[in-house]
Amino acid sequence: MAKSTSNSKSPSADGVQEPARRDFIVVATYAMGAVGAAAVAWPLIDQMNPAADTLALASTEVDVSKIVEGQAITVTWRGKPVFIRRRTPDEIARANAIDGAELRDPQEDEARVQRPELLVVVGVCTHLGCVPLGQKTGDVKGDYDGWFCPCHGSHYDTSGRIRKGPAPTNLEVPPYDFLSDNVIRIG
Amino acid sequence: MSAAKFSNPVVRWIDHRLPVFSMLDHTANEYPTPKNLNYMWNFGSLAGLSLVIMIVTGIVLAMSYTAHVDYAFESVERIMRDVNHGWLIRYIHMNTASFFFIVVYLHIFRGLYYGSYKAPRELLWILGVVIFLLMMATAFMGYVLPWGQMSFWGATVITNLFSAIPIVGESVVTFLWGGFSVDNPTLTRFFSLHYLMPFLIAGVVVLHIVALHRFGSNNPIGIDTKGRQDTISFHPYYTIKDIVGIAMFLLLLAIAVFFFPNAMGHPDNYIPANPMQTPAHIVPEWYFLPFYAILRAVPDKLGGVLLMFGAIAILFILPWLDRSPVRSARFRPVFRIFFWLLFIDALALGYLGGMPAEGIYVTLSRVATAWYFLHFLVILPMLGVFESTKPLPKSISEPVLATTGEAA
Repeated sequence: MAKSTSNSKSPSADGVQEPARRDFIVVATYAMGAVGAAAVAWPLIDQMNPAADTLALASTEVDVSKIVEGQAITVTWRGKPVFIRRRTPDEIARANAIDGAELRDPQEDEARVQRPELLVVVGVCTHLGCVPLGQKTGDVKGDYDGWFCPCHGSHYDTSGRIRKGPAPTNLEVPPYDFLSDNVIRIG
Repeated sequence: MSAAKFSNPVVRWIDHRLPVFSMLDHTANEYPTPKNLNYMWNFGSLAGLSLVIMIVTGIVLAMSYTAHVDYAFESVERIMRDVNHGWLIRYIHMNTASFFFIVVYLHIFRGLYYGSYKAPRELLWILGVVIFLLMMATAFMGYVLPWGQMSFWGATVITNLFSAIPIVGESVVTFLWGGFSVDNPTLTRFFSLHYLMPFLIAGVVVLHIVALHRFGSNNPIGIDTKGRQDTISFHPYYTIKDIVGIAMFLLLLAIAVFFFPNAMGHPDNYIPANPMQTPAHIVPEWYFLPFYAILRAVPDKLGGVLLMFGAIAILFILPWLDRSPVRSARFRPVFRIFFWLLFIDALALGYLGGMPAEGIYVTLSRVATAWYFLHFLVILPMLGVFESTKPLPKSISEPVLATTGEAA
């Protein structure tokens, strides 16, 4: 291609070859082709993103009035488990007994709850995505009486913070609001 | 095929061990092509492009489609409403299916007009007919997947064609259905096969191209190339010409997709399948209508089915029905008239296939069907004997040089 276009180039005064009109057309054609290919590729790629109906299911409402003190329930939000635990005064005290700034993922307990008695965390281990144990009576709750992930041995405390094991961060606190005293909306 | 012609050392290193670049260079670059091809030779590359578009959009659609009688229709509606750009991708898939057939029909008629099926290109032609058959099977099964009324009743009618086979017909149909009616097993196997067959087509397309490149393209004059003076390299001459055709094709496709996306479909297929009620007037997709007309023209179940399949099967033996040594219709004045009569006949069959099977339409369908077979079985063999053809030029270059006054 370059060879055949060189005939139409005329050397300027300093001997440098000026780009010919043919070169401009070739570059413009390739550029338009690239823009067109990208425009065609985008819908084919974007269709893999969450669809409108999937996004519409991105919030979950939960009645928390039935959870008695010391009990925990698991609800589904965006296809993942969310742990809601009504903590005992003892558990709250233990969560506050340690200085949050010294932890691997430094955070105070009060930064993780809207009301101290109600802890809401995403029940997915921050290591590699398993669901930790500790929701049911009789479950292993780990060394800090919170949750224990059986896959690779991460221990979470009564605030859902990582205390021991490979997980890098605390259990995630999802965005949620109190719609009333008894109902929260997650998401 | 020497590896030394590539300037990039990495390409040279790979090509020495795996000569894909040499193959590509031979196929799409230096491949000597007759220099007198007209725009009728664009439809091969357009058919290839259509196949690519169908496979790409189809793989994407399969990510959101559910092959189950209870979910198929809703999953397609979800694609149309909720999946990002799903409406666009589905409309491209639907309309490219129709465009694929338009392109292939033009490709076939090009071959008929210019005698591209004649020796030594018989296998090339036969492979093309195989592709056409695979396309029809793929398109039929794809139309069943949305599980609308036309999907369901189309599947029922077409599979019932096989019940015309004597003795084993009913067993064959039960086998095809995987049950005693078109139901979930039918849908899941159709989905599986609909996904498989495009790749079979791609494989036969490769053979089609290998066979093509054995003797090179036919050309509008229909005489063999006699050396370098009759050919030009594929690139840039025919790549550019193909790109012009592709641009026109995509423009028309975009108009269909964005302004008339359902023009070539049928509204009844937006009604969920109901095994208890057949729509009053069912028709196949437009590209099957000529064959559908032949099926309905015959007042006998087995006879109709045989003639319908025979209408395609006859193309397999076409190279031996047309014994005329002259390929191109340009030098066959009588053949040319009959070619256009066949073209009109095919259009008429398409029109009649879409009309109700009653009154004058049945009579006309019978006339058109008879003419179709008369053309291939009687007229073509007779023309080979009785037609006096015009003198052929000595070479592709000769007529051009003669008009410009240059010495050959």
